Amino acid sequence: MTGFLQNTFNGLVSGAFYALLALGLAVIFGMLRVVNFAHGAFYMLGAFGAYVLLTEAGVPFWAALVIMPVGLALLGMALERAFVHRLTRLDPLYNFLLTFGLTLILQDLVKLRYGVQSSPYETPSALNGSVDFGLFDFPTYRVFILGFAVAVCVGVWWVLTRTRVGMVVRACTERPELTRAFGIDVGRWVTPVFGFGIGLAGLAGVLAAPMRAVNPLMGADLIIVVFAVVVIGGLGSIFGSVAAGFGIGLVQAWGEAYLSDFPIISQTIVFIVMAVVLLWRPAGLFGREEAPA
Amino acid sequence: MLRIENLSAWYGEAQVLREVSLDVAAGEVVTLVGRNGAGKSTLLRCVMGLHAGQRGTVELDGRNVGKLPAHRRARLGLGWVPDDRGSYATLSVTENLTLPPAVGPDPWPLARVYEAFPALYDRRDSAATMLSGGEQQMLALARVLRMGARLLLCDEPTEGLSPLLVQQVGELLREAKRHGVTVLLVEQNLHFATGVADRHYLLAEGRVAEAMDNSEVRSRERELLSYLGI
Ligand SMILES: Nc1ncnc2c1ncn2[C@@H]1O[C@H](COP(=O)(O)OP(=O)(O)O)[C@@H](O)[C@H]1O
Ligand SMILES: [Mg+2]
Repeated sequence: MTGFLQNTFNGLVSGAFYALLALGLAVIFGMLRVVNFAHGAFYMLGAFGAYVLLTEAGVPFWAALVIMPVGLALLGMALERAFVHRLTRLDPLYNFLLTFGLTLILQDLVKLRYGVQSSPYETPSALNGSVDFGLFDFPTYRVFILGFAVAVCVGVWWVLTRTRVGMVVRACTERPELTRAFGIDVGRWVTPVFGFGIGLAGLAGVLAAPMRAVNPLMGADLIIVVFAVVVIGGLGSIFGSVAAGFGIGLVQAWGEAYLSDFPIISQTIVFIVMAVVLLWRPAGLFGREEAPA
Repeated sequence: MLRIENLSAWYGEAQVLREVSLDVAAGEVVTLVGRNGAGKSTLLRCVMGLHAGQRGTVELDGRNVGKLPAHRRARLGLGWVPDDRGSYATLSVTENLTLPPAVGPDPWPLARVYEAFPALYDRRDSAATMLSGGEQQMLALARVLRMGARLLLCDEPTEGLSPLLVQQVGELLREAKRHGVTVLLVEQNLHFATGVADRHYLLAEGRVAEAMDNSEVRSRERELLSYLGI
């Protein structure tokens, strides 16, 4: 029982990272119809930025938690203005070429300066130790990640469902052309939404720094699972991406714990789930068929 | 108010509008009749600025709006009731109504909209696409009234409505006209059209085939109906 609870908790913590990354991908895809293959690179930049800020300027974790998402959001907005917005009129192949090319450039820039070995990032002192849950102890830092990610997801959900900004973003996402016909400048919303999605990836990266090895390729492995998450949740579905993020975190953790005798299954379980979901619901769990206009 | 000159439009290689010219004076209600596929909806989309493959002139209040994107045209006072009703699945009924900004001098307050459309009030928190077809038609019409649009572009607003609702749409359009609103109405129901409109254009194969007044439409109703295939 204790082991099960611990596995579950660990699954939710990895799920928190999937959820934050998938949420950013979902809002970007919804608004721009662009699949951002560079999302993992921005996650890596978030973690690396926190590491560089700490080791070279003594900037603590808490400051990095604000600086990196904001800085990367601004970088994302600049990239959107310079390159990404051109994709809307082009063949989807260019979507892949641009964002994948961006990934390679960002990764190599970091490699050039810092090499490929992993760097350790110390857990902030306030979050050292562990929390006693009665049946088991759990590292304080992981409890913090889970709480923080859930709060961010709930906050985003609240803004999207309860505010005028959220209403406009939903309308632009669902039917961009119709929304323009109602006097709303859809283009004006695209850049900030792209920046916001990138900022979320940066935030996930900073949160990951004390827990995962900080290295230039850390986003590359993760992002493959995140794409599976997005497809399972339903491309462009905000709620689906978050739910599938936590769900896949759980499935993976349980698979590793209880199917370890069948490594073929436990290592590919995410993609098995994805295949089954797509056979059953081609638009994903919470996806809708595309509406016209 | 609206002047269209030599408007041509294409879907890829296929030309669907051929040098259409027509005008609608301020305060007029003008219908566009024509068979399915004649290009009526395309014409409204061209006026709205939503159709990429087009050539010709579209003027609003004497101003050429050909270069303006759709959202700028809407802000000049255009209110579009699209043929598919334009309901958002991810927005509630109230949100569908309040999404567009006011674009004219006389936007309806939400309370007045709900007074005129009690059925919408009852479903105000539902997703708009959960409404019945008739309710979604009413929602689309209520939305442009709430915007206070000065020129309504209504694409078959009575299609599929019960006679009672058709009558209500007619009353709303007549009331809008009394308040100085201009309407370009795509309509297959000739009886309804002559009840609300001042003039009519017959669109055939992408051209304006005829311009008619009410008495002409009434006297040729049988011939026109068989032409329209109704
Ligand atoms: N999205 C589209 N792509 C290609 N052809 C279209 C499209 N929409 C309409 N058409 C064609 O353009 C013509 C005019 O269509 P439309 O303007 O919808 O006519 P109407 O509203 O009078 O029924 C029709 O022949 C139709 O098949
Ligand atoms: Mg039509």
